[in-house]
Amino acid sequence: MRRLATIAGLAFLFSIPLWLGNFYLLHVCIITGIFIIAAMSLNLLLGYTGQLSLGQAAFFGIGAYVSSLASLGFEVHLLPDWLVTVDPKPVWFGMACAVVVTGLCGWAIGRIAFKVRGAYFVIVTISFAEVVRLVALNWDELTQGPMALNNIPPLSLVIPGLLDITFIGKVANYYLVLVFAILSYGIIARLVRSRAGRAMIALKENEALAASVGIDVTKYLVLATVMSAAIAGAAGALYAHYVRIVDPNVFLFIYTVTMVIMVVAGGKGTLAGPVVGGVIFGLLPEGLRSLAIAPEVQWIVYGILMILVVYLLPQGIVPALRPFLQHRRHLDAQKQPPADIPASEAMS
Amino acid sequence: MTAETPRIALTVERLSIRFGGLTAVENMSFSVHEGEVVSLIGPNGAGKTSAFNAITGYLPAAAGDIAYRGKRLNGLKPNRIAELGVVRTFQKTSVFAGQTVIDNILIGLHLRSRQYPTAILLRFPFVAREEKELLEEAHEILRFVGINAPAAELASSLPYGELRLLEVAVALAARPTLLLLDEPVSGMNPTETANFMKTLTRIRARDITVLLVEHDMKIVMGVSDRVVCLNQGRIIAAGAPLEIQRDPDVIRAYLGERYARAQD
Ligand SMILES: Nc1ncnc2c1ncn2[C@@H]1O[C@H](COP(=O)(O)OP(=O)(O)OP(=O)(O)O)[C@@H](O)[C@H]1O
Ligand SMILES: [Mg+2]
Repeated sequence: MRRLATIAGLAFLFSIPLWLGNFYLLHVCIITGIFIIAAMSLNLLLGYTGQLSLGQAAFFGIGAYVSSLASLGFEVHLLPDWLVTVDPKPVWFGMACAVVVTGLCGWAIGRIAFKVRGAYFVIVTISFAEVVRLVALNWDELTQGPMALNNIPPLSLVIPGLLDITFIGKVANYYLVLVFAILSYGIIARLVRSRAGRAMIALKENEALAASVGIDVTKYLVLATVMSAAIAGAAGALYAHYVRIVDPNVFLFIYTVTMVIMVVAGGKGTLAGPVVGGVIFGLLPEGLRSLAIAPEVQWIVYGILMILVVYLLPQGIVPALRPFLQHRRHLDAQKQPPADIPASEAMS
Repeated sequence: MTAETPRIALTVERLSIRFGGLTAVENMSFSVHEGEVVSLIGPNGAGKTSAFNAITGYLPAAAGDIAYRGKRLNGLKPNRIAELGVVRTFQKTSVFAGQTVIDNILIGLHLRSRQYPTAILLRFPFVAREEKELLEEAHEILRFVGINAPAAELASSLPYGELRLLEVAVALAARPTLLLLDEPVSGMNPTETANFMKTLTRIRARDITVLLVEHDMKIVMGVSDRVVCLNQGRIIAAGAPLEIQRDPDVIRAYLGERYARAQD
């Protein structure tokens, strides 16, 4: 039943470009998809370890810049008389660099934040995002500052004789983003349904108790920040090679806020939450615009809807729907092993 | 007494714990032998929980040494101490409230589990196998401590008595060789308390050494091999339960105060 629903859902997603017939709407779907990936990465931290990262746009932006710079090549003076020149690299390599570099940034944040939780974690991540934005804005030689990086090449995959695709145009990019989203979802799903995920949840629920049963909470917080940052970085790289121009605005706080809204509205700490929240709050602005109401009214409606969701469904949309759908974990938990072992021998 | 000298599991030597100017524990020395049940008693504020916190790495010792099976525990983090087999419960009810009963215990099985991130992400076959084993073990622990609530029930919706049992179940999941219980039956009704005493006997039959903090004298006298009595941070008496019951200092400091209150 569940598997059937998954297949039907995927079939629907894969079919969208075939019948949508409107390139602008497909563009909206692509951007929404990229944001959903970023929201999923945020959910890994916020929903599972309970730590709110308000620097998620920084990982996203770093991913975008690293991948763009690697594929464009650059020259930069690291010291007044030490010029480093990097020749343009294939885009797939740039994207891999983006994942690695953002993963390392996540590691650093996780380490710095090793003792700070809650509000202090939020502050560390906000500061990080602001520092990165200022660097992107002011390090003209590397980033072109506000002039933006232009003519970023699209991703092309070439295996001589086998494969030669360039992800240019909306349809190709839609599928690229869809595949990345499924991949990210799979990675996060495996992680959170395992010992590692349980350790993260334990940190969120009760850190002292988690430590008392031997969980190295710092280790799992770092694992979560690394994975979260790397996935956000991949989303940023996808974005850069799709829109093919990147400026320091990718670091804007509003993008992080958008991700937070998607996660919280959809349901933090659930796998489907960021997807549902992302679809609604990603497509909503377009839906409102198509109703041809004034932009101010659009944003007011957006805001009211957000408040309503948070007020009426404080846990988010997905947890609110859960009682209506039979949930797998529930069935798992009720599946008892044979009950004929006397209690006194049960643990031997 | 057997001729063979019992092996020492936990030693606490000249332990002092301070909160700023306040000395919560002063120059405390005692030891627990393998397989023993030792109770730490004393009036409110005597320093029992503070001693637990120092032993399990939640509080630094201002002075003194703590060792388990020959390994010094001072300065180790709680999770490292748990890895050495020393696991505690908390006086204030402490569970993973937003998780189901079974998930609470699965979290507790962390040290038993061998999955590492690469194996998880690449879905090595042993991961799925282990998940199945863990689920079975979790159910076994559930039965062992005698929790009747459905496994899929949220911990936050458990009645108080079952909640206290769940805490013990989570601690047992970490496979302790030394279990520290901080007032495990406080808040339980008499039936639950009686059942818990049976569970304690079964825990002991598993060769788990127990250090118990408890105000309920029936339990303390019923299950302990030895009793250590604290008052205002200092040990005022230690010995067999019957000796402690008769010790004048103990009666004055602890029982006296309680009975006096009960008489009013
Ligand atoms: N975090 C803390 N900061 C300051 N003082 C503390 C702290 N924790 C405990 N104390 C003080 O240390 C002393 C010992 O407290 P502790 O909790 O160890 O007592 P206890 O024997 O466990 O008492 P109870 O039977 O009430 O649980 C008390 O005077 C208490 O007020
Ligand atoms: Mg106490």
